[in-house]
Amino acid sequence: MSSMPEARVFHCISVDDTFALGIKIGEASPSGSVISLQGPLGSGKTVLAKGIAVALNIDEPIVSPTFTLVQEYCGTRRLHHMDLYRLEGQEEFESIGGEELLYGDGITVIEWSEKIEALLPPHTINISISINDDQSRTITLRGLRL
Amino acid sequence: MKVLGIETSCDECSAAVVEDGSVILSNVIATQIELHKPYQGVVPEIASRLHTQWISQVVSAALKQAKLSIECIDAIAVTNRPGLLGSLLVGVNFAKAMAATLGIPLVGIDHIRAHLYASQVEHPLEYPYLGVLISGGHTVICKVNGYDEIDVMGTTIDDAIGEAFDKVAKHYGFGYPGGVMIDRLAQKGDPLAFLFPGPSLQKGDHPYDVSYSGLKTAAINQLDQFWNGSAEKSDENIAASFQRSAINILTKRIRKALDDTKLNRMAVGGGVAANSLVRRELTSIDKVEVAFPSMKLCTDNGAMIAALGYRYIADGHVSPYDLKTSARVAAFKRSYP
Repeated sequence: MSSMPEARVFHCISVDDTFALGIKIGEASPSGSVISLQGPLGSGKTVLAKGIAVALNIDEPIVSPTFTLVQEYCGTRRLHHMDLYRLEGQEEFESIGGEELLYGDGITVIEWSEKIEALLPPHTINISISINDDQSRTITLRGLRL
Repeated sequence: MKVLGIETSCDECSAAVVEDGSVILSNVIATQIELHKPYQGVVPEIASRLHTQWISQVVSAALKQAKLSIECIDAIAVTNRPGLLGSLLVGVNFAKAMAATLGIPLVGIDHIRAHLYASQVEHPLEYPYLGVLISGGHTVICKVNGYDEIDVMGTTIDDAIGEAFDKVAKHYGFGYPGGVMIDRLAQKGDPLAFLFPGPSLQKGDHPYDVSYSGLKTAAINQLDQFWNGSAEKSDENIAASFQRSAINILTKRIRKALDDTKLNRMAVGGGVAANSLVRRELTSIDKVEVAFPSMKLCTDNGAMIAALGYRYIADGHVSPYDLKTSARVAAFKRSYP
């Protein structure tokens, strides 16, 4: 059992950079991974998710799950993309069947996962994005070795 | 024939009774009725998704408003796709149990087809027509050849149009519901105060696809960059400029789709179909007959489910009592060439 890798910080100048990083993360993530994505509105969370989807050979557009709460895609591995922005908390998460997705065999990407902190499995991969003054992005990755 | 329609695919818990697919006898939505327990007054938005708490009361209220006893219902239509599995299952299992107990037909309904059909309850169009679904969760432009036959032409490649409205409104603290507040503020604003860029669609995207992520980011993070340099940076001007850009993106694709298909009829559905600029822009398209649902049929509701359900049942298409639910619908998730 390898120890938890340390945090790595990436500097993405463009949307393409963020997208390319998403592909690398998708390729490196083992099946059963839960990936938590944090960052402000418009910071590129969905762009990163699009990159992850490409790594899973998903050839349809990745659309925002904010309103639908969960979007499911089939590629070489299954991708569940969740956005808990509109959820009130754990009870609602459980009522929509969210817990089953945390222990599935595909990859689950969760935006606003802090709302269900206590339910997240210990192997959760954490990615946080911040927007810099020059509009570039600083992306910090924890829990995954690239 | 009186059909009970049940909708629990996402946020709203709704039930309605519709007679012969056209006369709405009741249309109850949990967020809009007064329930005394366990909350005082109107159900808060956050609790409406706990469908198990509401389904029984909402169906009872729908029957009561229609002044019908449960035995008077001839068939049940229920949304069984697409949506959240946990939420869909509440409605579907309730409908199954009720249909089996009463020994009446059951039919599973596609939520997206129902939105595209909603306007037909009050304003029937001849097939084929261009179907436009614009809501918080979906943005779909399609050719509707029949109530069950739809060819998807374009969708959003990232955010839905209603979601962009909501997020911009939330960011600037315009109030809730975001879409309504932007519409209201925009009436008093300058739509050219900020000149936001159009979407950057990549090659390989369909010509009728739309994208709202770029506009959302521009309106939230890059306001100064797109300012015209003279107008006031007021809420009204932000709302008017954003709304103009968001609706331009859509109407451009719709005009192209109408031209290319040579269709002269169009039905619009979904929450954004309530927006006043959308209505104005789309009704001003030359020589095209446009059907909009009334306000209560724009958002998720049981009446559109019952009305579409009637069409299936009248044609003899009923579902077995072991009706399955599905989180997604393949036809609305076409792959790129």
